Amino acid sequence: MHFNLTEEQRALAETVQRFLAQQYGFEARRTILRSAEGWSRETWGKLAELGLLALQIPPEHGGMAPAAIETMVTLDAMGRALLVEPYLSSAILGSALVGALGSPAQREALLPAMAEGRRVVVPAAGEAGARYDLSRVATTARRGGAGWVLAGRKAVVLHAPAADLLLVSARTAGAVDDAAGISLFAVPARSPGVRLVPYPLIDGQRAADVILADVALGADALLGAEGSALPALEAAWDLGVAALCAEAVGVLQATLDATTEYTRTRKQFGVPIARFQVLQHRMADMLMHLEQARSMSYLAAMVATADDLKDRRRKLSAAKVVVGQACRFVGQQAVQLHGGMGVTEELPVSHCFKRLLAIEASLGDTEHHLERFIMEGR
Amino acid sequence: MDLNFTPGEQAFREEVRAFLERHLTPPMRRAVLEGLHVPPEETVAWQRLLHAHGWGGPNWPTEFGGTGWDPVRQYLFEEACAAAGAPRLLPFGLKMVGPVIMRFGSDAQQRRFLPRILSGEDWWCQGYSEPEAGSDLASLRTRADRRGDHYLVNGQKAWITLAQHADWIFCLVRTDQASKPQAGISFLLIDMKSPGVTVRPIIMLDGGHEVNEVWFEDVAVPAENLVGEENKGWTQAKFLLGHERANIAGIGSSKRELERLKRIAAAELKHGRPLAEDPFFAARLAQVEIDLMALEITNLRVLSAEAERRTPGPEASLLKIKGTEIQQALTELMMQAVGPYALPFRVEALDGAFAGEPVGPAHAAPLAATYCNMRKASIYGGSNEIQKNIIAQLILGL
Repeated sequence: MHFNLTEEQRALAETVQRFLAQQYGFEARRTILRSAEGWSRETWGKLAELGLLALQIPPEHGGMAPAAIETMVTLDAMGRALLVEPYLSSAILGSALVGALGSPAQREALLPAMAEGRRVVVPAAGEAGARYDLSRVATTARRGGAGWVLAGRKAVVLHAPAADLLLVSARTAGAVDDAAGISLFAVPARSPGVRLVPYPLIDGQRAADVILADVALGADALLGAEGSALPALEAAWDLGVAALCAEAVGVLQATLDATTEYTRTRKQFGVPIARFQVLQHRMADMLMHLEQARSMSYLAAMVATADDLKDRRRKLSAAKVVVGQACRFVGQQAVQLHGGMGVTEELPVSHCFKRLLAIEASLGDTEHHLERFIMEGR
Repeated sequence: MDLNFTPGEQAFREEVRAFLERHLTPPMRRAVLEGLHVPPEETVAWQRLLHAHGWGGPNWPTEFGGTGWDPVRQYLFEEACAAAGAPRLLPFGLKMVGPVIMRFGSDAQQRRFLPRILSGEDWWCQGYSEPEAGSDLASLRTRADRRGDHYLVNGQKAWITLAQHADWIFCLVRTDQASKPQAGISFLLIDMKSPGVTVRPIIMLDGGHEVNEVWFEDVAVPAENLVGEENKGWTQAKFLLGHERANIAGIGSSKRELERLKRIAAAELKHGRPLAEDPFFAARLAQVEIDLMALEITNLRVLSAEAERRTPGPEASLLKIKGTEIQQALTELMMQAVGPYALPFRVEALDGAFAGEPVGPAHAAPLAATYCNMRKASIYGGSNEIQKNIIAQLILGL
């Protein structure tokens, strides 16, 4: 039992931190957010150069998976910098799904290109009314033409506007909430019949609702066996939960740092407000949330791909609960302790706040994971 | 990074479990597992049994007769003992005065006192707090005036846990009235049988006699019982607090209590169904379980840092706060779980030998008392508010 990083892991963490500190400061990030696309292809290319887009890709396709701790330290650094590029959606979830379900030909066609930053591949799994339930799928795929015809609407697809390829979950059999009968399809984002309703999310990251109006696909669009995509989707989401927990720790640390720094410099009644015990205790509470979240992000990283499903789900859900509650508490208190400045968009704190808000509500919110923790324990 | 214990650590844990299986009989476990009062003689007997096995000082170095275990093994030992329902070892000798004597005591003091702590012959208690010196410990007023080869001690100590059984008390006393509060304090060992020592019980809200007032009236204490230098006691006090907080998270006992809570929730009914299946109750139980999972890892992080650095740091404050919050939440949920049968309060039913007519389920009898008793946890050992001050100052640098 130890919590030390290897030399290589430490070096990786420092490299990512240094790169983001130099090139991804608060103003640089704001410029990216205001751009038409809302993300930086230049940054994406540099992440590829650093090898960071290859962390979930197996070595035979040019990657370095499995890389649980490397992923954790990378996401932690990205969290501190509030990175808005499609890392979670493409480099984590997209890579995991292609790796798990793709045929050798599909993997070879996609994974090296993803590792090199040439293709962005994001899952489109959510639907209106499904909340966080991956098995509630109303979008249909029926055999037609040379292959498949997809119809339906996918909701809040993270980074869909950036994607070259969408991995769409669609029902090939069964009732709307059956676990069986769900298939995954690779849908080029610019296919005829695919329409995006794009929008920014509250934290500035881009997303879209994806409307599929009888989209005709070839037979090779299907990833994995027909009707059995759910376990791979759930496994990818578990990996994503671990990544989100690590990212959250980075954001939480940045948020707490900004708050202690602000209260040390802001004076009222003739003294820095950090001298007031009521604020000191609040920040002590924030630190406890952060450290508990950090502990659970370690646990999440260690079990993210474990074989024991029940145990893995319970631990990841527990992690997401602790992290989600930390996001809520630390975010809210950081804004509160910044006073009026906290509710402007001028300081990093409100940007941290909004990312924490989004993390809490992504890949299952606190309540969803509390429930999953309970159900998996029975 | 690896959250698994090493093969050596796992083998150690198995060794401890096997020992407990062999030596800790069901009657010895029962009081702890069922939340009943543990008689003092059971605590002493357990210390003696461990000592006979060479395990009397789980947190002591080998040069003083301890096991020499690293912090991880100390933790594994405590966790296994807690899970099995072993009586809690008295911290006053093992974790408080023992380390102080090792670090600051003379050779003679070490030879005289340390073996008797290990063997269970001496029961120690801690004379720190006073009616006017709680969180503000340095304002203590009990005085010790040098009279030739002895000190004359006068004053009053408060909240002295289990002083009614104690052979010795270690005290912070004021030996210099003139200097600043921290500067005039000394660390003195006092025989409880000395003339002029009076112990008065304080009955707590659960009806239990756990703490006492200890009065000193012209008590003559040999000067050789001074530990370290005169007026340097504050250094020892701080050193002791650091060790007292080691393993303060109480992970092992909270895991045991969580299992008890689960058993109770499975046995109790709500709307004719097991309470454990009630969504409201299940959510609250899950929350405590999850918080405990997180604290277990936080605790391991602190332990492994401690193993490298050798001294407990301010992170112990975090463990104390979260650990006691979890302990209190568990007692609250247990009491809630049994509904109206939480309210009958019969102190005699908390005795393992109680043979009267039970009222309600047997598991309900101690729950209200335990809930009341555990309110102390966020107050003792430096209140949780003081711990937050420590976090703010020493970790956050505010």
